[in-house]
Amino acid sequence: MIEFKNVSFAYEKGRSVLSGVSFKIEKGEAVGLIGANGAGKSTVMKLLLGLIRGEGEIYVDGLEVKKDNLPEIRRKLGFVLQNSDNQMFMPTVCEDMMFAPLNYGLTRPEAEKRVDAVLERLGMTELKYRHNHRISGGEKRMAAIATVLAMEPEAVLMDEPTSALDPCNRRAVINTVKELGQTKLITSHDLDMIMDTCGRVILLSGGRIAADGPSDQILTDRELLEANRMELPLSLTPRP
Amino acid sequence: MNKMETALHELSEMDELASRSSPVHKLGPTAKLISTIIYIAAVMSFGKYRLSALIPMLLWPVLLFQLSGIPVRTCFYKLRIVLPLVLAMGLFNPFFDREPMLYLGSAAVSGGVISMLTLMLKGVLCLMASFLLMATTPIDCLCASLRRLHIPKMLVTLLLLTYRYVGVMTEELAVMTEAYSLRAPGQKGIHISAWGSFLGQLLLRSMDRAQELYSSMLLRGYHEHFHYAPMKPFSAADGIYLFGSTALFLFIRFVDITRILGSRFVR
Repeated sequence: MIEFKNVSFAYEKGRSVLSGVSFKIEKGEAVGLIGANGAGKSTVMKLLLGLIRGEGEIYVDGLEVKKDNLPEIRRKLGFVLQNSDNQMFMPTVCEDMMFAPLNYGLTRPEAEKRVDAVLERLGMTELKYRHNHRISGGEKRMAAIATVLAMEPEAVLMDEPTSALDPCNRRAVINTVKELGQTKLITSHDLDMIMDTCGRVILLSGGRIAADGPSDQILTDRELLEANRMELPLSLTPRP
Repeated sequence: MNKMETALHELSEMDELASRSSPVHKLGPTAKLISTIIYIAAVMSFGKYRLSALIPMLLWPVLLFQLSGIPVRTCFYKLRIVLPLVLAMGLFNPFFDREPMLYLGSAAVSGGVISMLTLMLKGVLCLMASFLLMATTPIDCLCASLRRLHIPKMLVTLLLLTYRYVGVMTEELAVMTEAYSLRAPGQKGIHISAWGSFLGQLLLRSMDRAQELYSSMLLRGYHEHFHYAPMKPFSAADGIYLFGSTALFLFIRFVDITRILGSRFVR
């Protein structure tokens, strides 16, 4: 579904953010992308979505990420931004959710039907006509996920989906993410969430892949994590 | 809430006002837009000394405020920053035009005073009409009507995005002013020495956020074409409203009601 072949990127000459990154994500796989600040996680996302161009080759469902293919690639990928305020720019949740389906040629009744189905599935039908600035942070995060699901993407990319959420809302987001059947690529510092939702983890460090393997192997390897400025998930940290 | 947060709250309140339900809200946006434009044109076309003839033009906004259930004070409260500017129009007229035009008892009222009051009233009436349009019509519907009237796509998109981005910029300003005031206790406002860096930072932060918003739009299939709210067909009610309001404006514009009424009671 997603393939990076020897991808490198530098915002400035000589200051490389990613160097020679290669990995492959199969359809239906849930992958956590972890790493310390500045490790290159967001850059991976931006490259994948074609928001920036680097060296090397990136493929989404067999299509190379390049200008001509961007509309088709972006239709396959749903991206949930870290800051939901930046994702929700229409007045109401419903209008925000209809934004993508309408852009992809659905009629208004078809788009609304899709909105209803997604809201029903996420158990948040009461939010449909609520104003975006009148909903809480947790509701906004769920609504941001809903806007992406209304696109019916083949893969869902998420940037820190549980940041700044209270435990209850965090749990709601985790349960929703777990139930998604699509291919998932999630960047987060919330390693417990990654352990809960992803079967595989890619650990980035200094723009390179430091480890790639099953979550229960990587996330329990204290030495590996600490060598890459990370810590064991809180749930695995021994209490004094 | 600091001042910026209040401003942000007020901005969002406009969306809520527009989504209410009332006979005025239910009218088609195109009819409301056209009648507002005609109203403003009619108001502006009054001569500078025709203060008394202009007064009946107040009827229309007052009627709409009643029908829409929007309190007049909300309008004046929201327009409190612009109103002084409007009222400042023609402030110098009394100094340039000293010719007495009428006498109130023994006191002479100069043409300058009359023209100043006329200008002020014109400004207030135009603002009220614009406010009523915004408060009874969601911005998407308004943009859809503008497109229906063949206003270029680029201009309409600019209007819509500006309306959205004003909120983004105000949010950034709210965060920055709060951060500033927390580290400058007892200081009123932003000190002049910090204005340069403050504005620079505000611009950079707003640009970052605007860029992220735009990316979010692109990633959801945006390709320079907005799908505005569905347009209802021009209904009979719209037609009656448009015809009725235009007839009223023209009647008030060309028939000096106050003079006729006045001549009946005052000799």
